[in-house]
Amino acid sequence: MADKSFFIDTTKCTACRGCQVACKQWNKLPATKTYNWGSFQNPADLSFSTFKLVRFREVESGGKVKWYFFPDQCRHCLEPPCKDTAEGFVDGAVIQDESTGAVIYTDKTRMLSSSNFEEVRQSCPYNIPRQDPGTGLISKCTMCFDRVGNGLLPACVKACPTGTMKFGDRGEILDMAKKRVAALQKKGFKKAQLLDADSIRAIFLVVDDPSIYYKFSVAQNDVGISRKLALRKLFRPATGLITGVAKL
Amino acid sequence: MTNHWIDIGNSDCILVMGSNAAENHPISMKWVGKAMENGATLLSVDPRFTRTSAKADFYTALRSGTDIAFLGGMINYIISNNLYDKEYVAYYTNASFILGKKFGFKDGLFSGYNKKTKSYDKSSWAFDKDKEGIPERDHSLKNSRCVFQQLKKHFSRYDLKKVSAITGTPTADLEKVYKTYAASGKKGKAATIMYAMGWTQHTVGVQNIRTMAMIQLLLGNMGVAGGGVNALRGESNVQGSTDHCLLWHIWPGYLKTARASDTSLDAYNKKWTPKTNDPLSANWWGNYPKYSVSFLKSMFGANATPVNGFGYDWMPKVDDGKGYSWLDLFDAMYRGEFTGFFAWGQNPACSGANANKNREAFTKLDWMVNVNLFENETGSFWRGPGMDPKKIKTEVFFLPCAASVEKEGSITNSGRWSQWRYKAADPPGDALPDGEIMVELMDKIRELYRVEGGAFPEPILNLKWDYTTNGKFDSHKVAKEINGYFLADVTVKGKMYKAGTLVPSFAFLQADGTTSSGNWLYCHSYTEKGNMAARRGTEDKSGIGLYSEWSWCWPVNRRIIYNRASVDRYGQPWDKEHPVITWTGEKWVGDVPDGGWPPMLTADGKVNPKTKYPFIMKPDGHAHMFGPGRADGPFPEHYEPLECPIEKNLMSGQFINPTIKEFGTDADTRATCDPRYPIVATTYRVTEHWQTGVMTRWQPWLLETQPQSFCEMSHELAKLKGVKNGDKVTVESARGKVEAVAIVTIRFKPFKIAGTTIHQVGLPWCFGWVTPKDGGDSSNLLTPSIGDPNTKIPETKAFMVNVRKA
Repeated sequence: MADKSFFIDTTKCTACRGCQVACKQWNKLPATKTYNWGSFQNPADLSFSTFKLVRFREVESGGKVKWYFFPDQCRHCLEPPCKDTAEGFVDGAVIQDESTGAVIYTDKTRMLSSSNFEEVRQSCPYNIPRQDPGTGLISKCTMCFDRVGNGLLPACVKACPTGTMKFGDRGEILDMAKKRVAALQKKGFKKAQLLDADSIRAIFLVVDDPSIYYKFSVAQNDVGISRKLALRKLFRPATGLITGVAKL
Repeated sequence: MTNHWIDIGNSDCILVMGSNAAENHPISMKWVGKAMENGATLLSVDPRFTRTSAKADFYTALRSGTDIAFLGGMINYIISNNLYDKEYVAYYTNASFILGKKFGFKDGLFSGYNKKTKSYDKSSWAFDKDKEGIPERDHSLKNSRCVFQQLKKHFSRYDLKKVSAITGTPTADLEKVYKTYAASGKKGKAATIMYAMGWTQHTVGVQNIRTMAMIQLLLGNMGVAGGGVNALRGESNVQGSTDHCLLWHIWPGYLKTARASDTSLDAYNKKWTPKTNDPLSANWWGNYPKYSVSFLKSMFGANATPVNGFGYDWMPKVDDGKGYSWLDLFDAMYRGEFTGFFAWGQNPACSGANANKNREAFTKLDWMVNVNLFENETGSFWRGPGMDPKKIKTEVFFLPCAASVEKEGSITNSGRWSQWRYKAADPPGDALPDGEIMVELMDKIRELYRVEGGAFPEPILNLKWDYTTNGKFDSHKVAKEINGYFLADVTVKGKMYKAGTLVPSFAFLQADGTTSSGNWLYCHSYTEKGNMAARRGTEDKSGIGLYSEWSWCWPVNRRIIYNRASVDRYGQPWDKEHPVITWTGEKWVGDVPDGGWPPMLTADGKVNPKTKYPFIMKPDGHAHMFGPGRADGPFPEHYEPLECPIEKNLMSGQFINPTIKEFGTDADTRATCDPRYPIVATTYRVTEHWQTGVMTRWQPWLLETQPQSFCEMSHELAKLKGVKNGDKVTVESARGKVEAVAIVTIRFKPFKIAGTTIHQVGLPWCFGWVTPKDGGDSSNLLTPSIGDPNTKIPETKAFMVNVRKA
């Protein structure tokens, strides 16, 4: 199986949240108790039981209202800092599936202390990992690698009615994404761009300044590889991709 | 829909107005997106910036209840800028027809108005006719009394300045929408409209749709790919239920419900069969008796004979001039006029306008049967807010029923596609498919009539009632009866059809009792070739996405209706890239044509005596630019909603629709231009909940995404009321109040209406007190029970409220 990637074209997203609910259904994640907090965005944030969340942001520029939707999820970095950080504490807590490139959090994440978890979270440039305060397990999007390994699309992609969510071989996905950017630029969307396409496997397309959509839409400089982590990396052999990840 | 979902992808310009496709018809956006990828423009017009607006190339707002002003301005723009399709308008619509001298319009009223009865004598709305009895025409459209000139005069009053003052839409925005949309008047271009309850649920609901239909006719957009007038139906099968006469005023297939004054089958058929003296008009409804008699044969089988008028006397009759619509029924219930009620697959305690009135009406009943998947606010009304169970006599029975995936049958989608669905799982516990409940119920009723007799047992006992196999409801038997059978050996066009075989199409139905058809419009759906709705062919021979072998579509699998208007008078498509049908010189190719007659002109430009006009369902064969059948006028006219924020109608001295009739109970209060209720309100749905939420409020994943009722308002209004985002607010109308969470947003803006600032808010109607406990209640507690004069659909999309911090 080839290296996989998502293409998430926010210009097509209508925030129906089919992806968000399909993710919960496939991954058997419980609903959390929510309240309307003056926004359509609910739950308000990702959590241990919410891997996929459509973020809503309304802004006004030049007298025109914009309502941007950002179906947030793990980017499945080509070189995931969270994996490096976690491995500093527990070997095998975070693994990467060689065939798809999916970054997977295993049962061993429960062996990470809460301060270990904080480091893992802080090392993520996209603020993705969440910990279950009860069990200590850390979780996030799995790329539905159990589905993908069986020839199915990730649940979020399968559920998407508008063609916002696409998934496939990385080369084809990058090609598709670049063509779409070109088409949108031709249509007048000067700021049409892919976010961090070279370093991640969940490639978002936006048509405005990325930070308007969401603070962590692009990798944040103040997170990622911390000084502590950089030092630790220096004193141990590089692990790279592990092979032969067991299928769930 | 005159067209269908996939066809939206063929459009050059899509106007979403009176609907919120992205939120309420999410899948439709797949086809909108496809059109946009091909260069189409998406326009969104809505009081509130919605998730649809977020995807639009251009968005602008209008005050709720002012759509006719907005669209009337577009008609004026199209005509005064010469953007209409002259050939189409002159030859395919009644724009060329000459109106009688008595027709007139003055200060908001058409000729023939009777103030006392609040209705029109329509005799002055007639056309002048020649000595053959055919309407006089002027294809140059210059005659001052032709429909076109009258139309031009009528809508010349809707200038940009006045429209802007009424709607609150800036003139530049009006022009932008008009110009963009009207570009489809060019040959080969098509624009489409996606509308829903945002247009229908008004006291001018029908005229809202008519205004748009007229625009589509002016621009030559009816019958073509990527055009049409497309109602986004609010339920997966609401098109099917309408086709099969869910509403009181029709029998299946849009036949008329018999009136008390229709004293015999002959009188009934004579009254409802339209006539034409024009040999070039197909006047398809001229076949009416074939369809009505075939329907009666389906109802009463062998008991229906020529001697007893095929059982016509057994059919229920409605009193002339009396309404039996939803609003009428709940008004009658409220006044204690009847004592029993089946709430079947519905939740009027939340879905019906003026829900407090409905809830109170339930207390007047002796019994209620609530058939549903889950407990709801209707079945549990007696323990709802403000109710004292000790004082309520109503006995409530709950019958659990199967969900859609737990039974077999057809659904008909917005695009008129009847699609067969299979049972995926058994219903849980004692739940039964609706068909089984009905069969068991009717079997028992028939048994009681047989044993005990009763008043007028004939309709019950003479009913053809054989829809079971091994004692169980059989949806195939019903589907076949809907299609219809030959009941005797019948020879049509030299070919003999055996008794007992299924009728191939409605062209074969007879008025002599030798055929049956439960719904003539579906005759062709289940034939000797099999169940057409179950077809799953994925080939698209048309190249324009008709997919004619996938499921089945009424009528006779015609995917785009009025398609004979998609071609010029020689039968050649206006749009060569998206041809719906084409005349080869010998026959039509493409979609099933709206009748197989040759084009209007022969190759040498002469009128073909064998042709028929393209709009075959109209007695005169021409689309109605002038619509004399409507209760409130042959042309649309702007009237203010029953409850509105301004003291006069800027268009005329006629404030509200002159033909609406208010109910008189103490629950039918209203407050217009009342300082206690200064804010315009509307209601809507959300993607995350279905209808009143009976099926979705019990689903934790959906509830998680939309947990509580909310009231969206502008920052300006919030400041005025001291409300912050996320605060709890009380929203109150003359009829009731609800609590909701304030969403303070830039997506609502105050309107400038006739020089003053008017605020508007909006609330969803998907919540109810049964569950979740902290979710709030239905916004229909606020809405008025006033109906459109043609349909009695309630005006839930424009009314007045006040908002305060709770």
